Amino acid sequence: MPGTEPAGFNRARLVTLEGVSRLQVVSGKGGTGKTTVAAALALALATEGKRTLLVEVEGRQGIAQLFETEALPYEERKIAVAPGGGEVYALAIDAELALLDYLQMFYRLGGAGRALRKLGAIDFATTIAPGVRDVLLTGKACEAVRRKDKRGRYAYDYVVMDAPPTGRITRFLNVNDEVAGLAKIGPIHNQAQAVMRVLKSAETSVHLVTLLEEMPVQETLDGVAELRAAGLPVGRILVNMVRPTLLDGPVPRDIKKSAIAKELSRAGLGGARKGGLAEQLVEPLLAQADEYAERIALEEEQRAELAGLGLPVQELEFLSDGIDLAGLYRLAGALRRQGV
Amino acid sequence: MTLDVPPTLAVDPLLDDPRTRIIVCCGAGGVGKTTTAAALGVRAAERGRKVVVLTIDPARRLAQSMGIDSLDNTPRRVKDIEGEGELHAMMLDMKRTFDEIVEAHADAERARAILENPFYQSLSAGFAGTQEYMAMEKLGQLRARDEWDLIVVDTPPSRSALDFLDAPSRLGSFLDGKFIRVLMAPAKVGGRAGMKFLNVGMSMMTGTLGKLLGGPFLKDVQTFVAAMDTMFGGFRTRADATYRLLQAPGTAFLVVAAPERDALREAAYFVERLAADRMPLAGLVLNRVHGSGAARLSAERALAAAEALGAELPVESDDLGPVENHEADGIVDQEGGKEEVRTPPEPHDSPETPATEAPVTDTPVTESPVTETPVTELTAGLLRLHAERMRLLSREQRTRDRFTALHPEVAVAEVAALPGDVHDLAGLRDIGDRLASGGRPG
Repeated sequence: MPGTEPAGFNRARLVTLEGVSRLQVVSGKGGTGKTTVAAALALALATEGKRTLLVEVEGRQGIAQLFETEALPYEERKIAVAPGGGEVYALAIDAELALLDYLQMFYRLGGAGRALRKLGAIDFATTIAPGVRDVLLTGKACEAVRRKDKRGRYAYDYVVMDAPPTGRITRFLNVNDEVAGLAKIGPIHNQAQAVMRVLKSAETSVHLVTLLEEMPVQETLDGVAELRAAGLPVGRILVNMVRPTLLDGPVPRDIKKSAIAKELSRAGLGGARKGGLAEQLVEPLLAQADEYAERIALEEEQRAELAGLGLPVQELEFLSDGIDLAGLYRLAGALRRQGV
Repeated sequence: MTLDVPPTLAVDPLLDDPRTRIIVCCGAGGVGKTTTAAALGVRAAERGRKVVVLTIDPARRLAQSMGIDSLDNTPRRVKDIEGEGELHAMMLDMKRTFDEIVEAHADAERARAILENPFYQSLSAGFAGTQEYMAMEKLGQLRARDEWDLIVVDTPPSRSALDFLDAPSRLGSFLDGKFIRVLMAPAKVGGRAGMKFLNVGMSMMTGTLGKLLGGPFLKDVQTFVAAMDTMFGGFRTRADATYRLLQAPGTAFLVVAAPERDALREAAYFVERLAADRMPLAGLVLNRVHGSGAARLSAERALAAAEALGAELPVESDDLGPVENHEADGIVDQEGGKEEVRTPPEPHDSPETPATEAPVTDTPVTESPVTETPVTELTAGLLRLHAERMRLLSREQRTRDRFTALHPEVAVAEVAALPGDVHDLAGLRDIGDRLASGGRPG
């Protein structure tokens, strides 16, 4: 895939990245394609020689599957080259390893770390202890956002997080508040405070991916309300898998079925008489048109709901051949043209 | 193209069998798991059983479809169920469930101490594992009450499908495990000099954790643990009991998926995991499967026909071929006709095929030549719509063929896609009918 520069990218039409937050959090209801959108966003932001880091926090290895590579280790690794020489790195954050890392960094606890692990303390701290897991995950992402190289430049221009789903995103991001309330002193407390400062600042944008269907849209509305109540910066609504319009509105009732049969026959699909092959197609085709019209009407209602949020809404086309690398680049191109 | 036709999952015999006591619906998020659970509940009740549906996080509309505006932690009877059976529905309130356990197992004063503990409050309000644990706990409770002869359970929208099997034992082993003992040691040791030598190693541990998490946090945990002390054995035992209940013959797991790559991949993981844990899998429910009443007209042919209409090709074009000849001879030969318009092998099998061409989608109806009559334009639109439907069908077929190749033994029930969401009992009945008929739609 390096070197490929699909038609989806047209640099002349790219919008500049001024004012784009450096930490882009992508959430969405399960099944809406948030991992795909996060990956496309990372690619889009990497154009023009930028470097982005795409992080995964749920241990699902969705990024590796998307980029058709082997499972990602707990290590930043280059996985794609963006048009114009940019690079996309990926990292699957593992809470347990992040904690050991952290202990090592601050306390040089090599041996003790292993002992703690043996005792189940690491498991405790990362799985069960309230919010500690989430602090470690968001903390690692924030560290990547703030990391600088020797010359004082940011290690990554942008960090894109494939975050937990809409139903849990506020708790996930806001958990630092909860931990700060629980762990009232100590490094985890301080870490939580620091992470929270990044997450609530203009450096962060939380985007929600949805489909034009009732349940995902309802979850999006609820999710936005929760994020706003928690003071987290909501970015954009990304409507994924938008299908092109193939028929304008419902089939007019005054159109005669026999006339459609004749047209089908004229197009070479068999006889228009009763029982003819073309005639037999009419009913099923009209039934499909009715279903389609019903779906389009539903989609319009959902669009209206989303518009009511007063947030920028971007639509991404449905890729009928499924999501492969070419499709990913196409979505990235679409994101760039719409201003990321 | 179908490699193998999987056995059909017979839903009604499963619901009717009095030995079926628990049905667990599991699968990835967004595949209609909760709706499936509700539809199964309605169907089983209307076939005469006394059913309770335990949902985890139903959409408001779904709760309304069972005539219950706000489901809560207590089973409520659903009205307007036809026949002799009964349907009760509830929504898991994990905090409430946890509180109830505490209240049931500790005296009033101790219970209050636990309920007011900050560590307990965050733990019970839903951190990793609590929801899963409480869902299983609730299932155990419902089963123990023995008021229903069938319990249908929805599973939490977990990080991964496996969480709900793992989390209960994880929380269970945490709550009465070794580590908890260590945490408790300083609180207990106090005056016991004999423990001192042991305490050296432990204080290093707790000291480290104290450094990391802050002293007050550990103090909260220790107080919590001390207060919960009497309940510890209980947690482990209960988690184990629920796990065994899931393995018992009266339990049936249904893996729910949609014919999409990720959902079916998750379904495959789940099938493997259930087998590894010796959990009884009844089959796969495949939601949102599309069909077509005109499936014999392939996407390619429909598109070609739509283009022919747009270009106003003469009727005697070569394209018309043998189909037209049959007609001209007055022979309406179904078999022959089918042969002629049969879908050719799907050309997009390689995942590497770049999304370069999308002829259907790139040609909006409005760009067709203006010479067309409304009927011509409409007919071309119908054909393009059909082409899209056929592509969807073959895509769905490919993803499910992949699943069937991996797990040919898993019985499948297909549920035809609905244009909208379910809003009422009639909608749930409709899904139940589709589930029970199980075969390919359209």
